[in-house]
Amino acid sequence: MDTTALSRREFLSTAALIVGFSFAGAPGARAQAVSGASTHTLDLSEVDAFLAVRRDGTVVVYSGKVDLGTGHRIAMRQMVAEELSIEADDVHRIELIEGDTALTPNQGPTAGSSGVMRGGVQLRQAAATAREALLALAAAKLQRPPAELTLEEGLIGAINGGPKVSIAELIGNRPFNVKLNPKVLLKDPARYSVVGRSLPRPDMAAKVTGRHVFVHDLKLPDMLHGRVVRPSAVGAKLIEVDEASIKHIAGVRVVRIESFLGVVANDEWAAVRAARELKARWSAGTGLMGDDAVAAWARRGPFARDEVLVNKGDTSALASNPKTLRATYFWPVQSHASMGPSCAVADVRADHATIWSASQATHRYQPAMAHLLGLPREKVRVIYLDGSGCYGMNGHDDAAADAALLSKAVRRPVRVQWAQEDELGWDPKGPPQLIDLRAALNDSGRISAWEAEMYVPLATASLAYVPLLGPTDAGIAQPAGQAVGLISQNADPPYTTANLKVTAHWLAGAPLRPSNIRAPGKVANCFAVESFVDQLAAVAKIDPVEFRLRDLADPRGVEVLKRCAALIGWTPRPSPAPASSSGNKARGRGISYVHYKHNETYVAVAMEVEVDRASGTIRVQRIACAHDCGLMINPDAVRNQVEGNILQALSRTLFERTTFDRERVTSLDWTRYPILRFADVPELRIDLIQRRDQPPLGAGEASSTPVPAALANAIFDATGAQMREVPFTPERVKAALREAG
Amino acid sequence: MSTFDLLVNGTRHRVASWDPQQPLLYVLRNDLGLHGAKFGCGVGQCGSCTVLIDDKSTRACHVTVAAAAGKRITTIEGLGSPEKPHPVQAAFIAEQAAQCGYCTTGIVMSTVALLRATPRPTPEQIKTALDANLCRCGSHDRVLRAVARAAGDGRA
Repeated sequence: MDTTALSRREFLSTAALIVGFSFAGAPGARAQAVSGASTHTLDLSEVDAFLAVRRDGTVVVYSGKVDLGTGHRIAMRQMVAEELSIEADDVHRIELIEGDTALTPNQGPTAGSSGVMRGGVQLRQAAATAREALLALAAAKLQRPPAELTLEEGLIGAINGGPKVSIAELIGNRPFNVKLNPKVLLKDPARYSVVGRSLPRPDMAAKVTGRHVFVHDLKLPDMLHGRVVRPSAVGAKLIEVDEASIKHIAGVRVVRIESFLGVVANDEWAAVRAARELKARWSAGTGLMGDDAVAAWARRGPFARDEVLVNKGDTSALASNPKTLRATYFWPVQSHASMGPSCAVADVRADHATIWSASQATHRYQPAMAHLLGLPREKVRVIYLDGSGCYGMNGHDDAAADAALLSKAVRRPVRVQWAQEDELGWDPKGPPQLIDLRAALNDSGRISAWEAEMYVPLATASLAYVPLLGPTDAGIAQPAGQAVGLISQNADPPYTTANLKVTAHWLAGAPLRPSNIRAPGKVANCFAVESFVDQLAAVAKIDPVEFRLRDLADPRGVEVLKRCAALIGWTPRPSPAPASSSGNKARGRGISYVHYKHNETYVAVAMEVEVDRASGTIRVQRIACAHDCGLMINPDAVRNQVEGNILQALSRTLFERTTFDRERVTSLDWTRYPILRFADVPELRIDLIQRRDQPPLGAGEASSTPVPAALANAIFDATGAQMREVPFTPERVKAALREAG
Repeated sequence: MSTFDLLVNGTRHRVASWDPQQPLLYVLRNDLGLHGAKFGCGVGQCGSCTVLIDDKSTRACHVTVAAAAGKRITTIEGLGSPEKPHPVQAAFIAEQAAQCGYCTTGIVMSTVALLRATPRPTPEQIKTALDANLCRCGSHDRVLRAVARAAGDGRA
């Protein structure tokens, strides 16, 4: 049993300390174990790991998955409330503790759209098991069979009246000591009264009034402000520090651990200026390939290995078929580009440490922090607090390591906030992808054979965690290898094809330290696949929607495609559109479809664009999306995610590419790494399909994947130009127009 | 150490700073405990730190404490509270117009500045007024709905 011994005094002192600084509303501030006086189980098979009931009847939920701005805070509560018969009006009274290694079970990182789909489903099962246990306790107390009892508003009584007993009385401040029942009877979706409703998010009012506590806002007694001076080039070693260069700034202490260089000060502005003005001499870096060399590198290798991912029928005829169509697609290195640079607070003591971090994976990084601090894992507590939105692993875990190293060095709590150039320069990046596609059509214009070859960075098997910047520079061993997310999925078309082969040429390294970025790999793969499908449809002279529907077997896929086409007002005809004579402006529409990972959410996206042939600028006028993620716990939270996916993917497609020279990243601000602005926002039409009889699936990623191809297909429809490399800059559009003639 | 008189949300504060060039943002966040304005880029490109100075939308990362002294400063905390939100904040709550929320307070401040100057903005005027506020989560569409709602209420 994975039980973490908790000192109750430790919790209470943490709570008092934060309350003292007026952060009573901070997640983690009030955090303390409810059930049991001295131990709190984190065992995933125990109800107590997920749920407790306070003496006053308040339900406390311990969630290993966290709210990254995604609405989990309301969705998780709704799933628990439904099984415990808590009314919609009372849902906000459920306490939710998130991502705290001492209090919440390790449900895995909040990634891969798994929050509700896996984390929420576990909580739901725990709540249903708790309900069963409560009915059994009440049955004993009331001397009635459980089947005759009902739970309503925290009270259990007989259906036909008589005495009632409260859940507080039955279990308040005591453990359930019950295993999760995998066969527990869940509430019939037809009777849902809380799940499926767009209840408002509990954090919204605080967020729009400036009262929400982000990790950036946490303030501990005696806390110092820290900044890290990153090397002048990737891999550079620190040769010399000139501390006299900042002697005009009072109260600054320089911390150097091998090549890790930081400053701490009481005053944040002093730390900022010291970090900027501190003179240091660095060795040359280990050398980068430069952004212009990435596509050639991806084709050339070195490769770790090749892997055939799908092999069905026989695709060998493609090589000799004169009608085989070929295309190559390229996706560049991109940044998570979080709005606020990463931040963390660490309080490292002689024999234990507490780290507040916006990590998507506090449990995964707990051993990382313990290792760099030289403490046993159980002596390091990592507590999630909201950061600026992240869409995969941005700089937050690195910032946590920075804070930990500095706090250990100065024996005071230290808050580290990165500068923007740290975030855009040093966050682990979305990896590049190069994709070759080949396909041929049979006599009836259907896909007869399809081959995909991907040239993509390999994820290191069983990598404990992504190697962190600070400890690496400090000479503390980090795991060797890299993480990229599951980037090889969805390179095979979702349309029935007899002959199909998908090969991954796994690259041994990456141009810059990679990590998972939203819908890892699937955005680029779907861009390639769904753009190529339109090329095939054009050769067959068949309408792109019809071309897809002919060979789409899954009825839920068919439904999102049809609904999306209807939403955009699709007129069936082959692409490209007949040439119009309205000067330089060409208008077109495109559509794209994904069945995410081939087994999750269904999405179709269509858009209308106007292309200025002279300037190469693209104006997206309207986007339609039909979306089926099964049971929606909170439809407005899903809609918020879908809107965000669409606009962020549009931004990545139109504007984003991390640039770097032979030494370091050069796209270090919002002019050199531009993202979508309000003026670029098109009209959005979103159709969400609610399926109460289906399991809930993820909504945090899937709808970003069809966006690039829908845009490329609309540009193709408008002009005949084929966009095969992201971002779609005016120069690239003009080049594609020239190529199209 | 120099001292500066700041008029923030209607209250006068005397603050000390060793550097007159210190951006107002750090004084608001650390000396006055007003953490609604966020550090984003530090160079006036993203709008996360937006406050009103004499009713004008201003980047607190890009105005020095010396330059802000003596002027009327309004931060997000000066508009309303979760219990009693300002009409613009109420409109953002009604539209659930945020995801992570890091950029949101700056967008709310820019919206208040817009509606004070232009109570009935066109959709294009709204987009123009917010164009210097960046959002990474993609909350733009519901932000535009919230601004339109607030403008419809006409009480900014």
